Amino acid sequence: MNDTNNSFQLDGEDLPFTPGQTIMQAAKAAGVYIPHLCWHPDFPAHGSCKLCTVKVNGRFGSSCTMEAQAGMTVENRTAELDDKRRTMLQMFFVEGNHFCPSCEKSGDCALQATAYELKMMSPHFDMFYPDRPVDASHPDILLDFNRCIMCSLCVTASREVDGKNVFAMGGRGILGRRIHINSESGRLADTDFALSDRAANICPVGVILKKRKGFAVPIGDRRYDKTPINEQVKEPTA
Amino acid sequence: MNGPMNAAPVAAKKLKVATTSLAGCFGCHMSFLDIDERIIKLLDLIEFDRSPLTDIKHCGPCDLGLIEGGLCNAENVHVLREFRSNCKIIVAVGACAINGGLPAQRNHLDLRDILEEVYQTEAGLSHGGIPNDPELPLPLNQVHPIHEVVKVDYFLPGCPPPADAIWKLLTDLLAGRTPTLGHGLLHYD
Ligand code: SF4
Ligand code: SF4
Ligand code: FES
Repeated sequence: MNDTNNSFQLDGEDLPFTPGQTIMQAAKAAGVYIPHLCWHPDFPAHGSCKLCTVKVNGRFGSSCTMEAQAGMTVENRTAELDDKRRTMLQMFFVEGNHFCPSCEKSGDCALQATAYELKMMSPHFDMFYPDRPVDASHPDILLDFNRCIMCSLCVTASREVDGKNVFAMGGRGILGRRIHINSESGRLADTDFALSDRAANICPVGVILKKRKGFAVPIGDRRYDKTPINEQVKEPTA
Repeated sequence: MNGPMNAAPVAAKKLKVATTSLAGCFGCHMSFLDIDERIIKLLDLIEFDRSPLTDIKHCGPCDLGLIEGGLCNAENVHVLREFRSNCKIIVAVGACAINGGLPAQRNHLDLRDILEEVYQTEAGLSHGGIPNDPELPLPLNQVHPIHEVVKVDYFLPGCPPPADAIWKLLTDLLAGRTPTLGHGLLHYD
């Protein structure tokens, strides 16, 4: 494959890339959907959710962290990989409390839209129903940690863009690991977090929510209600 | 809409269908009725056994059991087991049957605290005491989805699932196909 300079095969199609791009970046630029949750185009890859796992020359790898190489063969939307991704999604759903009918993010949520795309019909596993208290202390923003998928995007955005360091990931295990608020009291009200922060607008699920904005857009008319997530690869991300 | 129904290999014998609402709000049953006049066509192909629509109290041998709602008390578990032992195919219909739904939002609270608040201490509610009639099924400590107790063959998400999704599931099953829902019919809200 000497004639494949700066392109690789993704599910049998030639995909061009710029040297230094990850597989995910190249796919996004070409409008090809690779399922993902913790990756955001504006930030360095976190590589934690593993939903973007592809097979590169027959071996599993995270497409958001692996650099594209000329001539590599990448499998993406195969039944084998989508089955594994669906199982990972089911684990996300059972380890939090995802009651979509009462969630303001419903219809705009990357986790939910990805689960639709992968035809997740049930949580499959037993539910954990963890106890994750909400933080409603801030005048403008509600934090509902029941839906946190630990993607770390709020941590990165607050630190790198807002220069505030409001969030941090801490603790261990499914029930212990969680987002902590960087204030003496541990409450969001006692930080300088503001509505205009990048971190206030980055959460892919329904944790960081603007108060007094509920149902501004009716359920059924929201982003992923209209168009499936795999057809919005080139649309701007929040 | 007519295609799948006409193409179905109509069995000489009507399929027996049972339905129930466990810890649900009857919204899924209401959405079922939203198939509107298609129900007339459906009644050529199916016959209801135990269901809130027939008021038959116990389930006989059935081809299909549609379960709305999760499990919040002991009676829900008995009814679910009755359905599982009588129905060839069990479908979890709606968010509550699938993940406990909104009733499961009580799961991080202590059951006694909830009962005391509702029946004894909360201002503005009548303080008649926690009901203790032996006729009343005992509440479970937590609300659970039905797949944690019996094998479930198919799942139909939604709160409620839209009538068109219910229709799609039924017509797929009647035609002997594995039910599938495309974009717009598969919704968790
Ligand atoms: S965060 Fe997403 S998946 Fe979770 S409850 Fe909200 S809409 Fe549903
Ligand atoms: S709060 Fe949202 S952005 Fe932050 S880690 Fe949880 S899911 Fe990610
Ligand atoms: S998107 Fe690659 S690991 Fe999360």
